[in-house]
Amino acid sequence: MIKQVLNSINNVELYPIITLVLFVVFFFSMIAIVVSMDKDTVSHASNLPLDDKEAV
Amino acid sequence: MMETFQYDNKIVRNFAVATVIWGIIGFLVGLIIALKLIYPEFLGGIAELTYGRLRPLHTNAVIFAFAGNAIFLGIYYSLPRLLKAPMWSAKLSAINFWGWQAIIVGAVITLPLGITTSKEYAELEWFMDIAIALVWVIFGLNMMLTIFNRREKHIYVAIWFYIATFVTVAVLHIVNSLAIPASFVKSYPIFAGVQDALVQWWYGHNAVAFFLTTPFLGIMYYFIPKAANRPVYSYKLSIVHFWSLIFIYIWAGPHHLLYTSLPYWAQSLGTVFSVMLIAPSWGGMINGLLTLRGAYDRVRESPVLKFMVVGVTAYGMSTFEGPALSLKTVNAIAHYTDYIIAHVHMGALAWNGGLTFAILYYIVPRIYGVPLFSKRLANIHFWFATLGILFYVIPMYVGGIMQSLMWKEFTAEGMLRYPNFLETVTQIMPMYILRAVGGTLYIVGALFAVVNLWKTAKSGKLIATEEDQAPAMDKTVDVRPSVTKRAFHRWLEGKPALFTVLVVVAILIGGIVEFIPTAMVDSNVPKIESVKPYTPLELAGRDIYISDGCNNCHSQMIRPFRSETARYGDYSKAGEFVYDHPFLWGSKRTGPDLHRIGGKYPDSWHYLHMRDPQSTSPGSIMPASPWMYTRDTDFDILPAKIRALQILNVPYAYGKGDPAIIQDAKTQAEQIAAALRAQGFSDADANKQIIALIAYMQRMGTDIRNAAIVPSK
Repeated sequence: MIKQVLNSINNVELYPIITLVLFVVFFFSMIAIVVSMDKDTVSHASNLPLDDKEAV
Repeated sequence: MMETFQYDNKIVRNFAVATVIWGIIGFLVGLIIALKLIYPEFLGGIAELTYGRLRPLHTNAVIFAFAGNAIFLGIYYSLPRLLKAPMWSAKLSAINFWGWQAIIVGAVITLPLGITTSKEYAELEWFMDIAIALVWVIFGLNMMLTIFNRREKHIYVAIWFYIATFVTVAVLHIVNSLAIPASFVKSYPIFAGVQDALVQWWYGHNAVAFFLTTPFLGIMYYFIPKAANRPVYSYKLSIVHFWSLIFIYIWAGPHHLLYTSLPYWAQSLGTVFSVMLIAPSWGGMINGLLTLRGAYDRVRESPVLKFMVVGVTAYGMSTFEGPALSLKTVNAIAHYTDYIIAHVHMGALAWNGGLTFAILYYIVPRIYGVPLFSKRLANIHFWFATLGILFYVIPMYVGGIMQSLMWKEFTAEGMLRYPNFLETVTQIMPMYILRAVGGTLYIVGALFAVVNLWKTAKSGKLIATEEDQAPAMDKTVDVRPSVTKRAFHRWLEGKPALFTVLVVVAILIGGIVEFIPTAMVDSNVPKIESVKPYTPLELAGRDIYISDGCNNCHSQMIRPFRSETARYGDYSKAGEFVYDHPFLWGSKRTGPDLHRIGGKYPDSWHYLHMRDPQSTSPGSIMPASPWMYTRDTDFDILPAKIRALQILNVPYAYGKGDPAIIQDAKTQAEQIAAALRAQGFSDADANKQIIALIAYMQRMGTDIRNAAIVPSK
């Protein structure tokens, strides 16, 4: 059954390639962005919840 | 220049009250159905209180009423404080609150009345679905406009999770609720069989992901740092956590359909992504727990942190278990059993419940300006909850595995060791009793919380508006990545609209890749020529089956295992379900599978069985359905139902409003009733629901007999 489904889609061999490329691009660009973040930005961002007058 | 503005604590208080009230109601309905499995006659004989109708009420109450209100509670408290801006519109906040409560009240009324679509966690009928969509969009609009009008440039990670929650739940809810109404209270989903199953579990799985996980992760990222008074362990990890979680989660739905008639490639894709999901899930758990590094002494002191730590740990356990259950070998044993009930309660009671009680204990004293009434009572609640969870899940794990192994056990002669399904039920009754004990402990603990929070509120006075100051957002600062070096993600975080679009893209990829080829199945898989639409009477019977929630305990999907074909008959094929709007494969076998029930027993057996299940099956825990013998089948609505199905391309030969529809149904009913009367059931009446139900049950899974499978192209 699966063979019939797959054979009926034109250029089916492209699908896994597109999927893999999307996947790899997504993760590598995410990692690249995160690694290249500067320290001030990160520390400002992570302190946002604590940045108020409220007593704990 | 500093600007002064006010946070609205009244809406926060309202959501807190709603969370607590609906929580207790949802837990109590859960306890009632747990007791019904032990004492089937408990609140028995009443259609509106039967197990099959109350179970969806329980799941909807705890998911959408308890956890739902808790989500709004957390968001309405944290969002304005993180953005240094009040909610955009107090009016929209109020519509969000009252609209959501009205929907819940609607669910409490319609589900016991048997007005249901049967699709798990999406049981509410079409008119309720429209109301949900409207209220949800109002919530999202209010949130997005608050974000656009913020004073803090940077959007904190918690808010990303809130944005993902809003857009994804909207997409899931709308696609899964697409239906053609046949009347005000009945509709048929536009998809059938395999496609309906795939859409439903794409929804069902991601309802867990984007209703019970992402908003609570947002809550975790705000409230753990608050309660511990220290920033999150790693902000960079939170970025990786967010994007990989939402990207991967959406693909995993098919793991709910392993070994079913869903195409094999879709099952495999679901498994692969489910296994990958452990990485971001554990990344998030570790990020939450490590925030407390060096501050674990505070966990001993603070009930808020105690609930948080147990909750986040349970999240880690559930998200380890999830990928494990997605492996086909594990799934073969655990699926359809109480193991899954244990799995979801680990998540619901400890993760969602734990975080909810943590933020209640955090927020309520603060908005009333007083310390918590009793820390000691909160600690007692913590231990009742924790012990309750253990008493609930451990027996269910044991019972689930035990029953599954009994289903699969063969004798040396190659016969099923326990050919009678009931034998495997009576064996796990002690586990059902222990589960009810665990549930009771959890509820008692929750009642302590009610007292504690009530006393806290009484001892203080609601600070209805809370003043804060912040400088207006400086829109002149250019933070484009080309200007500010190496700050792409920070720039992105300052662009909520673009950010939201990227979230939508990330969540749509998985759904589209899985769904489009399956949608093409219609013209590609072998059709089974002998599979025909249900007759009008069978359709009426099928809708009674749906209305009474039979699918909550009985599957209609025989997996291709020797243990299942030996017990139930030939395994289920995709082509058999092409006219099933909706699919009724089920997800739990409290009773046996029914796909090949057609023709297995005579009509008289069913006639006796529904009135008193113990008369035909001694020791059965199935509730009796005496109302089926007194309530009439609604014949008059059948033309409208057939019409709705014709719109969905079910090939009925009837014309619009054809009087033959009702005539055919009545003729078939009279034949069944007359045959029963001839066998001595003098009260058999063709107009009663039981006759329609029998017609449906005798048809189930029979079309394939003597069928030749021919590829259509």
